Amino acid sequence: MTFLTGWGRTSPTPATLVAPRTVAELAALVAGSPPRGLIARGLGRAYGDAAQNAGGLVADLTRLEPGWSLDPATGVVTASGGTSLHDLMTGLVPKGWFVPVTPGTRHVTVGGAVAADVHGKNHHLDSSFGAHLRSLTLLTADGTTRVLTPSDETFWATVGGMGLTGVVVEASFGCVPIETSRVRVEVTRTRDLDHTLEVMAATDDGHRYTVAWVDLLARGARTGRGVLTRGDHARRDEIPRARDPLAFAPAARVAAPPWAPNGLLNRATVRAFNQAWYAKARERRVIQDIAPFFHPLDFMEGWNRMYGPRGFVQYQFAVPFGAEDVLRRVVSRLSADGVVSFVPVLKRFGPGTPGMLSFPLPGWTLALDVPAGLPGLARLLRVFDTWVAEAGGRLYLAKDSRMRAELLPVMYPRLAEWARIRQSLDPEGIFRSDLARRLGL
Amino acid sequence: MRNALGAVDSVLLLGGRSEIGLATAELLVRAGARTVVLATRPTPAAAARAADGDGPAGRLTRLGAEVHEIDFDAARPETHAKAIDTAARLAGDLDVVIAAFGVLGDQAAYEDDPVSAAESVAVNLGGHVSAGLSVARRLREQGHGTLVVLSSVAGVRVRRANFVYGAAKAGLDGFAQGLGDALHGSGARVMVVRPGFVKGRMTKGLPAAPMATTPAEVAVAVVQGLRDGSPVVWAPRGLRLVFTAMRVLPRALWRRLPR
Repeated sequence: MTFLTGWGRTSPTPATLVAPRTVAELAALVAGSPPRGLIARGLGRAYGDAAQNAGGLVADLTRLEPGWSLDPATGVVTASGGTSLHDLMTGLVPKGWFVPVTPGTRHVTVGGAVAADVHGKNHHLDSSFGAHLRSLTLLTADGTTRVLTPSDETFWATVGGMGLTGVVVEASFGCVPIETSRVRVEVTRTRDLDHTLEVMAATDDGHRYTVAWVDLLARGARTGRGVLTRGDHARRDEIPRARDPLAFAPAARVAAPPWAPNGLLNRATVRAFNQAWYAKARERRVIQDIAPFFHPLDFMEGWNRMYGPRGFVQYQFAVPFGAEDVLRRVVSRLSADGVVSFVPVLKRFGPGTPGMLSFPLPGWTLALDVPAGLPGLARLLRVFDTWVAEAGGRLYLAKDSRMRAELLPVMYPRLAEWARIRQSLDPEGIFRSDLARRLGL
Repeated sequence: MRNALGAVDSVLLLGGRSEIGLATAELLVRAGARTVVLATRPTPAAAARAADGDGPAGRLTRLGAEVHEIDFDAARPETHAKAIDTAARLAGDLDVVIAAFGVLGDQAAYEDDPVSAAESVAVNLGGHVSAGLSVARRLREQGHGTLVVLSSVAGVRVRRANFVYGAAKAGLDGFAQGLGDALHGSGARVMVVRPGFVKGRMTKGLPAAPMATTPAEVAVAVVQGLRDGSPVVWAPRGLRLVFTAMRVLPRALWRRLPR
C-alpha cells in the first residue's frame, strides 16, 4: 500500500499503486473488478483527492505505452494518456508548435488534462483543453477500448469527467503554430479590484494569454489591486537575432526544502512578497521564454511543500458575467480577514465546452491557495461556496478537496445527465476515487 | 470521505442513545456529515421513539442528515459483524465510528451479584472487543476511517469505589490502544477518548466529581481530536495532568480516595 495525496498534500489515503505498461495490462486490471475500484493517476497535480482511491487500485499512467506523434500538415498531435505536457512541449516547440491549452504547470498528463478539462491563460479566446480534442480512446469498465469523437455524449461525459467514465489511454488534439518559443509580455498594475476587472474586460480580447495576480493583503481603497500580465507568442521579427528562435530549454528545477514548517508562508512573509511583487511590476513590455511565462512555479520542484506538513487547500471558483459582486465580496472578505494566499489568480473565461462536468463557464474565475491549518477556514469557504452557487457559479473539481456534496448538482446542473451516462458505462462503479466518494459522484 | 479540512460524510454511532455519542454526531452533522447510522439496542421504547421522529434521529434529520437506525446489542457479540455490514450497506464507507455503549452500574450491587458484574463487563469490554474488531476489519478494507472509543479516566487507574466498571474500562483502554497499533499504516485509526466525570443520564443522582464535564463538552473535544488526528483525547484536557500524578500516587493513599 502506498499513501497518496493530491498536490495540496491533505487527506492521505493508502492504495495499491500499479503501473501498467500496456493497455492490455490495464484492461486486465479493470476486468478484475477490484473490490474498491480503480482510478487513473498521472503526475499528481490535481490539488485534492481526484487521483486517490482509499483501499483500492490507483493506476499510474505515466509509463503506459509512452509516445506521441505530430501530423505536421495539420498540427494534430496524437499522444498516449500518460504523456506529460512537458514532454510534448519539449518535442513540439522546436518544431514550431505549441499545445492548445496549458495550465499553470507543464507537469500534467494528457489524460489528466482531458479528465479535468484544464484551462489556461487563453481561455477567453480558446476555451479549455476539451475544445481542441479531435478524438479520445477510452478504456471503459468492461475492459474494452472505444474511440470517441465530439459527436458522442460519452466524449463529453469524459471531458471534465474526472476519470470516472474510464481511462483516457490516447487523445488527439490540434496544436497552435508558433514562430518562436518566446512570448511578448505586457505588464500593467491596477489600483483595485474594479480597475482590474475593467481593464481585463476592455483589453483581454486583444491578447491570447492574460492573467491577473491579486494582492489579497491590500486593504481599504487598494483592496484587490493587482498586476495584470498579458502575452502573445512573439513573431520571429520581434525577438533579437537569436541563434534558435524555437529553442525550448526550461531552467533546471531547484527543489523546495522538504523540511518547510507549517506557517512558513505567513502574513508577514506573504505581505513582504506582495509588496515587492507589486512594486516591481512597473508598466513594461518584455520578451519572455515560455516556461517563466506559463509555468512560473515549475522552476521549484515540490513548491507545494512550502505550505508545511499540513498542506494547503486550493479554492478556485467561477462565476458568470454579471456576478462580479461575488468576486468583490470574496476579495474584500479575504482581505479583511487577512487570509494568506500566495499567488491568487484572476482570469476571464470565454465560452465553455459541452463537457457535462467541465468547470469553465463564461465569466470570471479566481483561484487561491490557503494553508489547510488556517483557523476558521472551513466556515469561511462554506460561506463562499454558497455565494458562488447562488450566483450560478461553481468550484473546480480538479482542485476541490473540501466542498459539500449537496452543492454539486446546483453548481453542475448537468450532473444527472452525466451520472446517467456514467451509470450505463460503469454500472458497478469500478472507476472510483476519493473525490467520487466524498462528493457522491 | 474525510475532506482536506477534517470534515466527514458518514457517522456510525454504536450505542445510539449515548449522550456523548449523539452530541458528537450532531457536531459532525453541523460540520457537514450527511449520513448517520444509529445502532441501538432493540427495545419497544426505542422503536416507539424512532417512529414518532421526535428522538435523536428526528433531531439529526432536521439538521439535514440522512439518519438510519439499526439494531445493535452490545451483549451479543455474535451479531456485531452483521451490524457493521448493515451500517456499511446503508452509509457506504464509514468515516467515523463512535463506540459509545456501556453501563455504569452500582459497585455495591455488583459485589452482591457477581453474575450481573460479569454481564456488565461483557458489555463494557467484551462488546467493544467484538464490535471494535469488526469495525477495524471494515476500516482496514476501506483504507480510511476513525474508530472513536469512549474509554474513561476510571480505567486509567482503577479505584476501589468502582473497580468492576473501572476494570472493564482499563481493559477497553488497553484494547483500543492495541487496536490502534494494529491499524497503524492501514489508513484507519483509533482515537481513545478519556472523559472524567460526565454529568448526564448515566451519572444521574451521583455527586459530581472534581473537573466534571458534560456530554456537549466531551463532544467538542472529540471533534477537535478528530480534526487534529489525536490518538488520545482527555476531556477536560486538564485531566491528563491530574492522572499523570494519580498514576504514581502511593496505593495506600489511592485506595482511601473517597470515590
